Amino acid sequence: MIEIADVSLVDWSRAQFALTAMYHWIFVPLTLGITFIIAFMETLYVKTGKEEWKKITKFWMTLFGINFAIGVATGIILEFEFGTNWSNYSWFVGDIFGAPLAIEGILAFFMESTFIAIMFFGWNKVSKKTHLLATWLTAIGANLSALWILVANGWMQKPVGMIFNPETARNEMDNFWEVLFSQTAVDKWLHATSSGFVLASVFVIGISAWYLLKNREIMLAKKSILVAAVFGLISSVYLVMTGDNSTRTIANDQNMKFAALEGLYNGSEGAGLVAIGVFTESETDPQNENLKDFSMKLEIPNFLSYMAFLDWNAFVPGINDLINGNEKYGYMPATEKIERGKVAIQKLGEFKNAKKAGNDQLANALKTELTSAGFQEDYFKYFGYGYFDDPQDLVPNVPLTFYSFHVMVLLGFFFILLFVLSLLYIVKGTFDKKRWFMRLAIIAIPLAYIAGQAGWIVAEVGRQPWVVQDLMPTMAAVTRISAGSVQTTFWLFAVLFTVLLIAELKIMFRQIKIGPKH
Amino acid sequence: MNRQNILLRIWKFYISGFKNMSNWGRQVWLIILVKLFIMFVILRIFFFPDFLKSNFDTDKERSEHVLDVLTKSK
Repeated sequence: MIEIADVSLVDWSRAQFALTAMYHWIFVPLTLGITFIIAFMETLYVKTGKEEWKKITKFWMTLFGINFAIGVATGIILEFEFGTNWSNYSWFVGDIFGAPLAIEGILAFFMESTFIAIMFFGWNKVSKKTHLLATWLTAIGANLSALWILVANGWMQKPVGMIFNPETARNEMDNFWEVLFSQTAVDKWLHATSSGFVLASVFVIGISAWYLLKNREIMLAKKSILVAAVFGLISSVYLVMTGDNSTRTIANDQNMKFAALEGLYNGSEGAGLVAIGVFTESETDPQNENLKDFSMKLEIPNFLSYMAFLDWNAFVPGINDLINGNEKYGYMPATEKIERGKVAIQKLGEFKNAKKAGNDQLANALKTELTSAGFQEDYFKYFGYGYFDDPQDLVPNVPLTFYSFHVMVLLGFFFILLFVLSLLYIVKGTFDKKRWFMRLAIIAIPLAYIAGQAGWIVAEVGRQPWVVQDLMPTMAAVTRISAGSVQTTFWLFAVLFTVLLIAELKIMFRQIKIGPKH
Repeated sequence: MNRQNILLRIWKFYISGFKNMSNWGRQVWLIILVKLFIMFVILRIFFFPDFLKSNFDTDKERSEHVLDVLTKSK
C-alpha cells in the first residue's frame, strides 16, 4: 500500500490553492474583456474624431486601471504555492510547465506593462494611431498571457506531448505543439477568455444602467451600453459554442467529470440532459455524500448523448459504469486500473532501489521496461490509480460539480437574454425608461462573477481526485509539511486578498460616483 | 535619432506620466507597492520557501526525494 499525505494537509493545501485562484480570478476576467471594449471605443474615437468617444474611452480605462493594478501579481502567489505546498507536483510536471509559464511572464511583462503605460501616460504624447495600437496590443497581450496559463492547466486535464523520465521523476516535453494545441488547452483558452468578454460586457452595461437610473452621464451610458451589448452578445454566443465544444472534449477525455457535472450515475444509450435538478439523499446509501438521487429534475431526452458524442443514441457512461466497469461499452473497472497503477508504481520503486543499490544492469533493464510503449500504454497510463484502494475515492464531489455546472450554464443563457434586451432597448431608445431592467443589469454584475467562479469549480473540483489526470492524485502532489503551517498561510491570504478586494471596490465605487468628468 | 536620445525620451515619458498621475493612480500605486512588499519580502521569504530548493542541494537529490515519496510504501 502506498503511503499518502494526511487528509487534513491535503484539504488545507487544496483550500489554500482554491482561495488564491478564486481571488485571482476575480481580477483577471474583467481585464480580459474590458480591454477589448476600450479598444473598440477608442477605435470609434479615432475613426470619428468625436471627443465624446475619447471621454468614454478614458472613463472605462480608469476602471480597467484600478482592476488591473489591484489584481496585478496575485497570480504569482500560485507559483509560490507550487514550490512550497505542491513540490511533488511541481517536480513531476516541471518541464511541461516551465515553457508556458516563462512565455506568459515575458508576454505579460513586455506587452502588457509597456502598452499599458502608453495607454495611461500617452494621451497627447504619442499620435492617436500609436495610442490606439497600444490599446489593442494591451487587449491582445492580456488574452495571450491567459493562453499560456490555460495551456498549462489544459495539460493537467489531459496530459499530452510528454515522456516520463524515471531517472528524474519528471515529465519531459517531447512535443511542444501537441501541448499547445491540445484540444483541452484550446477549449479552455477560448472558453475562459470569452467568459471574460461576457463579464466585462455585463460590467459596462450594469454601471451604465446605474448612471441612467441616477439620471447622470446619459450620453456615456447609452453609447457604452450599445458597444457592450453588441460585444457581449457576440461573445456570449461564442461562449456557448466554446462551452459546448469543451463539454464534448470532457466527455471524451474526462468521462468521470462529465458524469459528475450531469449527476449521471447509471449510463445509458440516448441519455437525457438534466437541465434543472435538485439532489436528495440516496435511498440505497444515505450516508454516502457522493451518492445522490434527484428529488426533482427537468430532463431533455437524448440531449446528453448528442451533447457528448453528436449522436442522439450514443452511450454515455455514468459514475457506476466507470467505477464497476462496463464490458459491453469497453469501460475498464476502476479496480483493474488501480491494480495496473500499483504495478507501475512498484516498477518505478524497483528501478529507484536498483539505482540506489548501484545495480546499473537491473536499473537499465527496468528503465527500458518502464519507458517501453507497451508498459506506458498498459500500466503507466494508470500510474495515479495506484495510490487508491477504494474505487469510490475516484468520484469527485458530485453535488458541487453538478450545481456549479448548472449555475454557470443557466447564467450564461441569462446573459444572452440580457444582451439581447439591452441591444433592443438601447436601439429603440427605451433603455432608460425601464427601471426594472436597469436594476436587473446592475444585479447581473455579481452574477457574472459567480458564473466565472462556478466555471472554475466545475473544471477543478470536477477533475478531482487528480491534479494531473490519471497520473498524479492530489494526495500524492502535496508537500509533506505541517497542516498547521498551511492553515496559517491560508488565513494570511484570506486577510490579504480580502483587504485588496475591499480596496479595489472602494476605489472603483468612488471613481464610478465621480464619473467621467473628473 | 540616436539610441541615447530614445532612452531619454522613454525615461521622460514615464517620469512625466508618474508626475501627472491622477489621485486614484497614486492610490493604486501605493497599494501595488505595499502588496509587492508583502508578497515578495514577507510571504516569499518567511512563509513560502521552495521546499525542494531549500531542502536539497542538487537536482539528483530532489529527484530521489520525489521518487521516494511517489513510491514509498506504508
